Amino acid sequence: MTPAIELIGIDKSFGAVRANRDIDLVVAKGSIHGIVGENGAGKSTLMSILYGFYHADRGEIRIDGKPVVLNDSRAAIACGIGMVHQHFMLVDNFTVLENVVLGAEGGMTLARGMAHARKELQRLADDYDLKVDVDAEVGRLPVGAQQRVEILKALFRGADILILDEPTGVLTPPEADHLFRILRVLRDQGKTVLLITHKLREIMAVTDMVSVMRRGAMAATQKTSETTPERLAELMVGRHVLLDIDKGPAHPGRPVLEVEGLTVRDARGVTLVDDVSLTVRAGEIVGIAGVSGNGQSELLETIAGIRRPQRGSIRVDGRDVTSDGHGDPARMRAAGVGHVPEDRHRMGLVNAFAEYENAVLGYQDDPKYGAGAFLDIDAMRNDAREKIEKYDIRPPSCLLRTASFSGGNQQKIVLAREIERDPVVLLVGQPTRGVDIGAIEFIHKRLIELRDAGKGILLVSVELDEIRMISDKVLVMFDGRLVGERTADASERELGLMMAGIEQEAAE
Amino acid sequence: MSTGQLPRWVDYGLLPAINVAVAFLVSGLVVLLIGENPLEAVRILLWGSLGFGEGVGFTLFYATNFMFTGLAVAVAFHAGLFNIGGEGQAYVGGLGVALACLALDRYVPWWVTFPVAIAGGALFGAAWAFIPAWLQAKRGSHIVITTIMFNFIAASLMVYLLVNVLAPASSMQPETRTFEAGGRLPLIRELWPSLELGQAPLNLAFVLALAACGLVWLLIWRTKLGFAIRTFGANPTAAVYAGISPVRITVVTMLISGGLAGLMAINEVMGSQSRLLIEFTAGYGFVGIAVALMGRAHPLGILFASVLFGMMYQGGAELAFEKPTITRDMIIVIQGLVILFAGALEHMFRPALERLFATVGRQPVPAAE
Amino acid sequence: MFETLILTLDSTIRLSTPLLFACLAGLYSERSGVFDIGLEGKMLAAAFAAGAAAGVTGNAWLGLAAAIAASLALALVHGFACITHRGNQIVSGVAINFLALGLTTLLGQTWFRQGGRTPSLSVDGRFQSLVLPGAEALRDVPVIGLIYSELLSGHNILVYAAFLAVPLSWWVLFRTRFGLRLRAVGENPAAVDTAGISVVWLRYRAVLCCGFLCGLAGAYLSIAQSAGFIRDMTAGKGFIALAALIFAKWKPVPAMFACLLFGFLDAVAIRLQGQSLLGIGEVPVQVFQALPYILTVILLAGFIGRAVPPRAGGVAYVKERT
Repeated sequence: MTPAIELIGIDKSFGAVRANRDIDLVVAKGSIHGIVGENGAGKSTLMSILYGFYHADRGEIRIDGKPVVLNDSRAAIACGIGMVHQHFMLVDNFTVLENVVLGAEGGMTLARGMAHARKELQRLADDYDLKVDVDAEVGRLPVGAQQRVEILKALFRGADILILDEPTGVLTPPEADHLFRILRVLRDQGKTVLLITHKLREIMAVTDMVSVMRRGAMAATQKTSETTPERLAELMVGRHVLLDIDKGPAHPGRPVLEVEGLTVRDARGVTLVDDVSLTVRAGEIVGIAGVSGNGQSELLETIAGIRRPQRGSIRVDGRDVTSDGHGDPARMRAAGVGHVPEDRHRMGLVNAFAEYENAVLGYQDDPKYGAGAFLDIDAMRNDAREKIEKYDIRPPSCLLRTASFSGGNQQKIVLAREIERDPVVLLVGQPTRGVDIGAIEFIHKRLIELRDAGKGILLVSVELDEIRMISDKVLVMFDGRLVGERTADASERELGLMMAGIEQEAAE
Repeated sequence: MSTGQLPRWVDYGLLPAINVAVAFLVSGLVVLLIGENPLEAVRILLWGSLGFGEGVGFTLFYATNFMFTGLAVAVAFHAGLFNIGGEGQAYVGGLGVALACLALDRYVPWWVTFPVAIAGGALFGAAWAFIPAWLQAKRGSHIVITTIMFNFIAASLMVYLLVNVLAPASSMQPETRTFEAGGRLPLIRELWPSLELGQAPLNLAFVLALAACGLVWLLIWRTKLGFAIRTFGANPTAAVYAGISPVRITVVTMLISGGLAGLMAINEVMGSQSRLLIEFTAGYGFVGIAVALMGRAHPLGILFASVLFGMMYQGGAELAFEKPTITRDMIIVIQGLVILFAGALEHMFRPALERLFATVGRQPVPAAE
Repeated sequence: MFETLILTLDSTIRLSTPLLFACLAGLYSERSGVFDIGLEGKMLAAAFAAGAAAGVTGNAWLGLAAAIAASLALALVHGFACITHRGNQIVSGVAINFLALGLTTLLGQTWFRQGGRTPSLSVDGRFQSLVLPGAEALRDVPVIGLIYSELLSGHNILVYAAFLAVPLSWWVLFRTRFGLRLRAVGENPAAVDTAGISVVWLRYRAVLCCGFLCGLAGAYLSIAQSAGFIRDMTAGKGFIALAALIFAKWKPVPAMFACLLFGFLDAVAIRLQGQSLLGIGEVPVQVFQALPYILTVILLAGFIGRAVPPRAGGVAYVKERT
């Protein structure tokens, strides 16, 4: 049988970054084919090329054995390719029906096309177990239902090949399981599914074949039944996962961060953090594991003073900072809370600023950087130069615009800024996201040094390996709640189940 | 905004220069279109604005207005806010200046009135910017729209006040009485007769404008408030992370911006007209937008752009005299073209330049200051 | 009293017409995610072009065509800056307003030498009032006669066109493929892009619709309502239209009512000039002039309902690099 998709020698660069290098891939018809790789391995770029969103610099694409040129999404759709993007491509204030027909209206006016679509959606819902209220406003639907709308959109356009880009990142485990059921039905009905993910659990659970990408290249393609998660992980990273770090035992001292009954809701009243209590002691690293989107980010932001909690208290070094400090990052900093935010581009840095300006971001009012209302530029620059030296930030120029540093060096700028303030507690979110291997080790070592210097560290990461490697205590967060506490030597399987909320479901 | 792909001198020098040059080139085409010789027009314009003492005096007089309104727009730009309401703020600022002068001019010398008038102009201008700022910060109302609305509201308010409240009972003119010596700024031509400024109304407000340029530079690049303003403008999320209150920065920045716009009235009301007239702002508040864009929101750039626009206003008047077909509306066309090419189309030539410099070779890019 | 009311309403309709065209123009553009504070400039350019062309040819329809062409040209400039080059939409709008203001007067002076005016129009150079069938016959019937003959009949064709454009725009936006896509691109251009539709072309078409309607608005001012163009004859109507658009929360039918309200305020201001209002005394005319802006600010502040602009408005679309 001719394969559904053949990619031959695909190459794509963005400026100096070679996102895809000489990629070959064959996907069999009627199969679920997984593509795994770390963040930045080039999976999304490859899929965007297959969907006509980007153009490959070189290489050939064959669909059903025929060479095709995919100049835009329209061409890809015409070839029977549908895509479910990581961030949904939906118009929130449109109904499901309007979203589905957008781009496939079937005529200048809408009436006939809409009526036809309504019938067709009913049929698809029955065939593939894809139930959703077609007249509901999409923005009001739960995330899982929005994703089903995306799948319906693709099927409505007659897609035979369905690409899903990190589909479970935003889903709860029951929603993810529902999705996998749908994918199996689709496969059994003859559709070809490409599943992009960095979660090995999903690959093992649902795919027939798996391809591993690493730093822009295709590392291997294997039958899922003939491989193991360990083998895949090794292929993803290119060597035996992460090197174990020399880490002595922790000597926890007095509590430096005590959070009690913290509850956070968003503007619409949805509970993001639900009655969370935790303690971080001096000289220990507490890791919070969890699937992204389970409230860890919001928890960290609330402790940092960026979000306002609806309930609960925060004590830093024994002092209650809830009453006056909440909703004010400056006061939390003054109380001794350092914060390395999850997303350095969005929050931790101002990319248009010079390095030395970012080196004081958040501490700009400190008398150290100028008396009264004025800034002492020389003091700022000297301070920045010291940090550049100490943290080996490259290129070593504090006048350079921050945007021109690499991800790892940008993260070091943030880390240097927060650590060198000698905080009582350091909040760290995703410290190694988008950071090269060398810098990862550097960052991990720094965090452990800081711990050994008697500081408390609260680490949030979606990388379970990272959590297990450097934490002394692991808390698992699911659906806004802390669902368990383990030591760092807990098994990956045990933590994984907790992260999926399975233990908790059993308890209920 | 900038991708950091270009050397600093290209980003901050060449590219804006190309944009402005294109704007003037197109202006030249417009002159051709109405059947005149652009080079001849430029010659008259240069001579009219710089060729003799009085011309220079008028050029700098106009430039004074533009420095204030340009700085007003620029300060807001740094916080990522587009204050399109400089016209209205300057107009209401005129009320503050006039009230100070009307209250004091008969009792004290000008140098006592001057600081009070400055405070009045800045305060009234700031007050007019406060409501849009507060609405943007607290209620999320788009500041561009609200400041536009406030321009019109200011126009109605001022007409009402001038006609019904401020005009002397004996007069049918919608304007205040003429200030006496205590409410007039000394003219440079009186202080320094050897300059031969003729009848040019250049006055002490020019010095105030230069001081404002310096102070704004200090504010933006050398103070903690300026750091906060720039952080908020470049990355609002990072600003919140850094403990900078968006509400406070939005309001404070707009107060400064409105205050600067209000100071324009010092030049017109206290420095030149010696009374408050209807529509004394004459669109100078809007010229501030062009000036700020052309000067890349940097006080030094604004100083140059203001003088350039001052030259166009003064030289344009001479030009209209010599060549009646080229009316002063030509300046408005040029203004529009400068805003178009230096503002809306500022990135048009960037890709070409990036390609050019990519072939020349990559080099580290020092940050902006 | 009743007659006064009818006459006020009659002039309300006349004064609302240009607002309505411009407001609907803004509706197309802003619903597609392209903010347009250059309505004023496009209207002004159109008014001048109409006045000039009708003045020279003596033909109102040629005037109308010239108006539309001029307005479309400026719309294309806006599109070129904001869509093609992803420039700041506000800055571009400001530029267009100045260009229009300067060029109309400059060219007017060059071509006609009447201080920026265009020549006074002959009868054929203007759109004349249409008398609806039976208007004369019904004139003397109480109540209905006056409403029909004064209020509904006796307007020029552009007035009727403006009010017909309301249901038409509603139909286009909510019942056609183009409208669906246009509304989608103003909310989430990435969704439109991934559906295989060109964001750029779609937004250009929206901006051209805007230019077309601004052309009608401008032509109405100079060759229907008046008999020629005068300097700055829009006098802020483009901004009132913008205010009406916000007031109408970017919806066509409410846009009509907002324009009628603002037109009514204008009509009342003219009628009340120098007259004292029962119980209040003399109300300064400036109150009525400022009222549309004040109301819009209050609305924007969220004190009476909430005006939420199209989500992708004001932002140029850039394909995201993953």
